Amino acid sequence: MADVIMRVWRGDRSGGSFAEFRLAAQEGEVVLDVVHRIQATQAGDLACRWNCKAGKCGSCSAEINGKPRLMCMTRMDQLPEGPVTVAPMHGFPIIRDLVTDVKFNFEVAKQVPAFAPPPRPEGGHRMAQADIERGQEFRKCIECFLCQDVCHVIRDHEENKAHYAGPRFFVRFAELEMHPLDTNDRRELLRQREGLGMCNITKCCTEVCPEHIKITDNAIIPLKERVVDASYDPVAWLGRKILRRRRASPSEAATHGR
Amino acid sequence: MADYESHDYDVIVIGAGGAGLRAAIEAKGRGLRTALICKSLLGKAHTVMAEGGIAAAMGNVHPEDNWQVHFRDTMRGGKMLNNWRMAQLHAQEAPDRVQELEAWGALFDRTDDGRILQRDFGGHRYARLAHVGDRTGLEMIRTLQQRAVALDIDVFMECKILRLLSDADGVVSGAMGYWRASGEIVVFSAKAVVIATGGVGKSWKYTSNSWECTGDGHAMALWAGADLIDMECVQFHPTGMVWPLSVRGLLVTEGVRGDGGVLRNSEQRRFMFDYVAEMFRAETADSEDEADRWYKDHSAGRRPPELLPRDEVARAINTEVKADRGSPHGGVFLDIASRRSAEYIRRRLPSMYHQFMELAGVDITAEAMEVGPTCHYMMGGVRVDADTAAATVPGLFVCGEAAGGMHGSNRLGGNSLSDLLVFGHRAGGGASDYAEGRGGTPVPNRAEIEHSVAEAMAPFERDEGENPYELHQQLQDTMQTLVGIIRTGDELEQALERVEELTFRSSRVAVAGGRAYNPAWNLATDLPAMLTVSKCVTLGARDRKESRGGHTREDYPSADPEFGKVNLVQRQPSGGGVGEEVKIGSEPIPEMPPELATLFEENH
Repeated sequence: MADVIMRVWRGDRSGGSFAEFRLAAQEGEVVLDVVHRIQATQAGDLACRWNCKAGKCGSCSAEINGKPRLMCMTRMDQLPEGPVTVAPMHGFPIIRDLVTDVKFNFEVAKQVPAFAPPPRPEGGHRMAQADIERGQEFRKCIECFLCQDVCHVIRDHEENKAHYAGPRFFVRFAELEMHPLDTNDRRELLRQREGLGMCNITKCCTEVCPEHIKITDNAIIPLKERVVDASYDPVAWLGRKILRRRRASPSEAATHGR
Repeated sequence: MADYESHDYDVIVIGAGGAGLRAAIEAKGRGLRTALICKSLLGKAHTVMAEGGIAAAMGNVHPEDNWQVHFRDTMRGGKMLNNWRMAQLHAQEAPDRVQELEAWGALFDRTDDGRILQRDFGGHRYARLAHVGDRTGLEMIRTLQQRAVALDIDVFMECKILRLLSDADGVVSGAMGYWRASGEIVVFSAKAVVIATGGVGKSWKYTSNSWECTGDGHAMALWAGADLIDMECVQFHPTGMVWPLSVRGLLVTEGVRGDGGVLRNSEQRRFMFDYVAEMFRAETADSEDEADRWYKDHSAGRRPPELLPRDEVARAINTEVKADRGSPHGGVFLDIASRRSAEYIRRRLPSMYHQFMELAGVDITAEAMEVGPTCHYMMGGVRVDADTAAATVPGLFVCGEAAGGMHGSNRLGGNSLSDLLVFGHRAGGGASDYAEGRGGTPVPNRAEIEHSVAEAMAPFERDEGENPYELHQQLQDTMQTLVGIIRTGDELEQALERVEELTFRSSRVAVAGGRAYNPAWNLATDLPAMLTVSKCVTLGARDRKESRGGHTREDYPSADPEFGKVNLVQRQPSGGGVGEEVKIGSEPIPEMPPELATLFEENH
């Protein structure tokens, strides 16, 4: 087999550039294998984040030939011939080399009002499989943050991060909103604080999701519909007035927090 | 003396997998000032890779299941070397811990009447594993992570702990380490410390374990004066991927067999029928017809031999491959394609489908997988009190894979996730009680801190020296070839020599570059723990002159009843550290009370 040529971005917050490495090719390797061989033989301090090397933990996100992907699930033999370019996620500040500072995501996670089930009945809650399957789709998320990386609302707009949760957290909100047992109402929070309206459904997030979650179709669009129903539907508004349905009010839910 | 970033807490928990998260949730829930420290990002710990499910005798599928049956299965699976009290608490409390996850938002697969569905697994008499397809670990860690966020627990991510710290009286009083992003030192003082650092698999070449599993907690506890038990008991999971080489060792869930998959050799024979040990003969099918009937109706036949405990299956595969009846890449065939519909396989085993399709180009709904044993789990660990998870040094609590005793010499599938929950909960409680009762402010020994800092920084001060990657690779080769699934006295002596030599060379590691996110340095600081644990495993394997569970000696092929009565205990009496002397001896295992012992008589 021909040699592998890999161009890896190296640097830190102050700047950097691509460094080129040449290695013998090996059968069946993924991009992360090659990065590991570079570390072991040519550049011991090449920084990259990884854990499971099995597509389950979502640590080794990077941009491979310009496309956001997991390094551990990208086979070398399925990339076009020629040099392979590996760069850190563009959407987050650099720590070093391929490692970025993804703290933003852990901060947003704290804003999500927790799951709030009713008291457990004798013998446990009953839920039909059909009613939890949508939620299970969302809970496949491995928090690789590739959707956050690619989302154009924040990719080149750091300033939007203050009032935009991003696709990963719309998935999280959707999961809670569609949970058969949940009693919180997060719709007003989504509208005012989390910037749901800023998403203009270009589906970039869905395209890069390694878990193949239909983020836009199954999470974001239904959430948008729910928010619209809550905020702008006069019939629903009147219905709520008359029937006085007792759910936590949106502002309560928004401040109830965790 | 340098001034380091420092933090003070009531309870610090090292490790944020299932056990650490559950412990921190408990301590924080009780109102203690609690910190959770992990060397990766939150939610990435090895727990995330668990696939099959959480064992808990809830009886949702088989109402006749109860804690006594689960207890009995666990003890028999562990070849009776288990700490009986841990196995009892585990079986009794697992159902509550699973229900608790549901109350925190977990979405388990359901039965037709809407309860939590339970699946079959090796060694469990009844379908007992609560699960979410084949990604149960992800569901568990995410649920616990979200609970921890809801409780506003302080989390220190990508913070590598190097050493436990003691006060002047030898009471564990904190820990020190560094931030991976900057390399800056950070010191924690705490009234109680919980170790929940997980496994040790990264010392072997072919392992299902993730980057983090370097035995940090096992080693740090030993260095701090705690006892380790039964370190020779390492589980090789029977079904890891064998090809491509770059993913060799990656786990293939036991759920494949629980859901109908069977093992075949190159002659297409279901060879497991040839490997049914006496202990399991009465409850194992003796024909393919009978085994297949069991899948549909558990009362219509006995269990298929593919669902024997993991140690039995792993040894059988090893024997078949050695007898030249293996698959092209040195494993055997795991076939579910010919036995279940493509739709069923994709629904029940989505990650396996995905994993083989993407990494090996194999469609498991159409062809058989090639699988072979992979280093998976450490049954041995820090000796703890079953009820409180307290180690043998004051101030230290240990739970999850870092603790020993619960699983004896072999763990049943599904008993790990439940172990994390049950003993994470108990360790959090034990540490909280201890912290509440401990007067004054803990003062970690300053000299220990300075010594550890100097040790950690030394690789930067050498212009030339050993390459940490090379040492790691040589350690993995050593453990793989000499302390693998089948062991002999001679090879274990060789392994001890090599580990000693590598330990010496590790004191001369040199690292280039800075301290900020430098993986060569990070690996250099993992090596002391890996070398310490490797030595303990090898010593235990040398001295346990019998075959039991995960420990198989070619030169002592049967179980020895005398060894069945003892734990092999290791400690460092004259100072803790990677190069220091380790003493090993045997001590009687705790004796089971008569009311539990009767569960093992004939009619049960």
